[in-house]
Amino acid sequence: MELISQHTKRIMEGCKQRALDAGLRFDRETLEYLVTNRDLLELTPKLMIPTLYDYWVHDVEVLKERGRYELYPSNPYETVINTRPAISYYNDNNPDWMNVMIFYHVLAHIDFFQHNLYFRHTWDYDFTGQALSDKRMIAQLRSEKGRWVDYVIEFARGIDNLVGFHAELGRLNRTPATSGSRMLDYYFDHFLQSVRALRPNKYIKEIERYNACLRESPEMGEQAFFAEVLRKYPEFDSNYKKSLDAKPVGRQDLMQFILTQSEFLNKERNRWMKPVVEVVRKTSLFFQPQIRTKIMNEGWASYWHERLFLQDDRIRGHEVDFARTHAGVTAMPRVGLNPYALGMRLFQYIADLGDAGRYAMDFRKLTDSRQREHYDRHTGGGRELLFKVRENLNDFLFINAFVDQDFVTRFRLFVAGRRLNQAKGVWEIYVKSRSAESYRAMLRNGLYHPPCIEVDRSRAGNGALYLVHRFEGKPLVREFIANTLLGIEYLWGKPVQLETSEFVRGEPTPGPAALPGMQMSLGEEREQREMQWQRVLYTMQDRKLTRELL
Amino acid sequence: MSPAQEVNIRRELAAGGSHDLPEPLAAAGNSAGAQGRDLYSYHDLDVLQHLTAMQGSASASIRSIDELLERDRRREQDGFPRKINVGRLIKPGKRGKEKVVIVPTTVEEKLLHDTSFRGEEEPSQGGSGEGEAGEVIGEQPVHEEQQPGGTGPGQGEGGSHEMESNAYDLGRILTEKFKLPNLKDKGKRRSLTRYTYDLTDRHRGFGQLLDKKATLRKILETNLHLGNIPDVGRIDPSRFLVAPDDKVYRVLSPEKDYESQALVFFLRDYSGSMEGPSTVLVVSQHVMIYSWLVYQYAMQVETRFILHDTEAKEVPDFYTYYNSKVAGGTQVSSAYQLVNDIVERENLTRDYNIYIFHGTDGDDWDHEGSQSIPQLKKMLSYSNRVGITIAQHAHEEGQRTEVEKYIRRSGLLEDRPKLLRMDVLREDSDEPRLIEGIKTLIAE
Repeated sequence: MELISQHTKRIMEGCKQRALDAGLRFDRETLEYLVTNRDLLELTPKLMIPTLYDYWVHDVEVLKERGRYELYPSNPYETVINTRPAISYYNDNNPDWMNVMIFYHVLAHIDFFQHNLYFRHTWDYDFTGQALSDKRMIAQLRSEKGRWVDYVIEFARGIDNLVGFHAELGRLNRTPATSGSRMLDYYFDHFLQSVRALRPNKYIKEIERYNACLRESPEMGEQAFFAEVLRKYPEFDSNYKKSLDAKPVGRQDLMQFILTQSEFLNKERNRWMKPVVEVVRKTSLFFQPQIRTKIMNEGWASYWHERLFLQDDRIRGHEVDFARTHAGVTAMPRVGLNPYALGMRLFQYIADLGDAGRYAMDFRKLTDSRQREHYDRHTGGGRELLFKVRENLNDFLFINAFVDQDFVTRFRLFVAGRRLNQAKGVWEIYVKSRSAESYRAMLRNGLYHPPCIEVDRSRAGNGALYLVHRFEGKPLVREFIANTLLGIEYLWGKPVQLETSEFVRGEPTPGPAALPGMQMSLGEEREQREMQWQRVLYTMQDRKLTRELL
Repeated sequence: MSPAQEVNIRRELAAGGSHDLPEPLAAAGNSAGAQGRDLYSYHDLDVLQHLTAMQGSASASIRSIDELLERDRRREQDGFPRKINVGRLIKPGKRGKEKVVIVPTTVEEKLLHDTSFRGEEEPSQGGSGEGEAGEVIGEQPVHEEQQPGGTGPGQGEGGSHEMESNAYDLGRILTEKFKLPNLKDKGKRRSLTRYTYDLTDRHRGFGQLLDKKATLRKILETNLHLGNIPDVGRIDPSRFLVAPDDKVYRVLSPEKDYESQALVFFLRDYSGSMEGPSTVLVVSQHVMIYSWLVYQYAMQVETRFILHDTEAKEVPDFYTYYNSKVAGGTQVSSAYQLVNDIVERENLTRDYNIYIFHGTDGDDWDHEGSQSIPQLKKMLSYSNRVGITIAQHAHEEGQRTEVEKYIRRSGLLEDRPKLLRMDVLREDSDEPRLIEGIKTLIAE
């Protein structure tokens, strides 16, 4: 890996200035490297992070047929990574005009990384630096503990898709505490609501009484208020003190729970495992937002590289080259989903919505299609709306908010279905629906969504760990359960139970005997069986898995 | 014939289909019929700069595969399940040039949603452009997705960590790492060199050694045509006209010495019922057996490939054998008979140790084995080992398949334990089970 030439760097700096002028915001410092195929060979298994810890699985082809993109929430071929400074990778024989286009694309990505709130937890440190120190720590441990380090990495990675990404964001984006004292917060937020369970009218009366006290004497009001409280509820004082002692128990994900509660990990001789698990958890958290903003991120980058490239005076004469490459990247496929194409069109659509003032209640209330068609308030709010969307949404919200019928109709989108034509022996691809409703549903279905599996503390008996899978219509991959639970059992040191839903097939009912010459339908057998969902409990004890129906 | 058997036969008859080789990947192209790409399969480097990862070098990788397998063995000692699979792929090539590609693969198990589960509904995807709701905009052949391939990546792009190797290396790995038995008696060892170089080819005009007799004949012929020989009874060589092309030389050429030590017949049932995992299992196992024999006989292995449905045919190379699609009915005896015919016709018993491996799902229209058993007995009379693999369908679990039934009934397994082996596995078996099966089939 080497840095790009001074000539190319100068082009990049020019791009930066133009992008800043256009309104994008990012750190001025960036690093650009040329990569060869050999570099990529090493980089891709490490998810383009050059300093990621070593792990033998990186050297092996990982089979991903099942849940291909569920396994690792990141793209192995990302051109720019979300570090400080941001690092991006380039082919060494790109012509200048192409580099200009890629630079704009990269800059828009950086702008997105550094402003979208789902990346909030990655803003305060440089991941490559952190990863480097982690890598050294793991290498050091490996020299002491040998292959056991790899087992710990393996078992921790087995549950790293269950990290509490949203809880982490919630912690960082907490609304600032109220101006009142802690005692006041406790009184109104916990004591009155949970301990005394006051009726709303009494609760409001208490608030009024508090306000009255303050009006009477701004300095001494609170004290007077609590004097009255203590007279009324003598137990308040001790309750409040107890609440100060109790540690705030946030929602812990499975990895955190194991880290803090596992007796096995907290034994003196096993302590070294904890930082390893931490590293795996941090790494996973770092990649979480990437896959949850795929359509937005690529759409945003494509939208801006198109705009900025066409305005760039330095690349005159390469419009046709650009058009070809750009179309290759952002053309809507006849069948399939291209995040670049879809995202870019959505951002264009949003800009138009904002410019015409259509992103407003007045427009939504209109039901007359002719009026809707000609609605234009010339508010010019497109840019502002764009930047707001880039800051606050992720793919799920983005799709839900902006893929509406107007959008689907304007870009002639549809949901493609597949059905068997028995006579011809082919699958037919057909236009299934052009409604926004089903298009959104199809998009949502394809989005990354790890299962929600949480620790149920109330059902843990005998030190066992009881996990509950919140069922969302899809079962877990059954072949993977045994080895994953084996890993959790190792880290936990005691038996592990997992409650989940499975699809149990009833007995097949005998169908009519096939007649000579009649085509057997492929789906027939399936239809003859009754299907039902059933809660099942897996127990992993002493590295043996048992399964029982609940 | 029981009703269930009848249903099976009817299904195979009705299914149609052909045994074509799969279309080359490039031809699939991006027609509207092709499956659309997934949302997350688009990447900047690929889309913007067309950068993809390169393949590792072969020599380095073989060392690392040893390390990986060593690691895997240690896992077992430590009480954890093994994780490395040695996936194999056959790279297409001209006859005799196929390469076995070893792809060490593993799976990172996590608690994931089973995305392949969609209830009864066919998956839907995005699309754009013209077309009324309900209009058909493309077609896709039904069988395209079910190409048998190794257990390797097989995703069409060629995995970045493929390790090219030959069957010999795979055989070595299988023997050493998976503790496959060594052959104790490698048969009558014949000294042989694979090629003998000899001055056997003739070449006109120039060469290494003048073939005088042939040259004279040629000159005579030329002069006859020219009318230069008035009286055939009295030839005067001094009047001959000699054209440059008349000189016939001998040139050095490699001659294949056909004495090989082992001859392996691979028989595969490619009837319609073999669709899916059973075919993958059978071909994977055959790749491994082939590799093992290549190693055991130090490359001196000849192979013959036979595919059968109701009729058997010999195919020229592993690629065709490996990739032909399934269709049609099942008649096991046809394959056995073809083997017997070939052996007899070419008098192979004199020169070879003959191994015969047959993979099937156990269906046979000849339910009683009335035709198969006599042919099988004949095979046993000359072969060193006949190994039959039955990849049983999941829905038939617990009951014996037709082939298994009639072979057991014939008592041959007990009578000729050294010659006939049978391995029955479930169609969802994993690699360790496959290797276990090979041990059953080939152990002394």
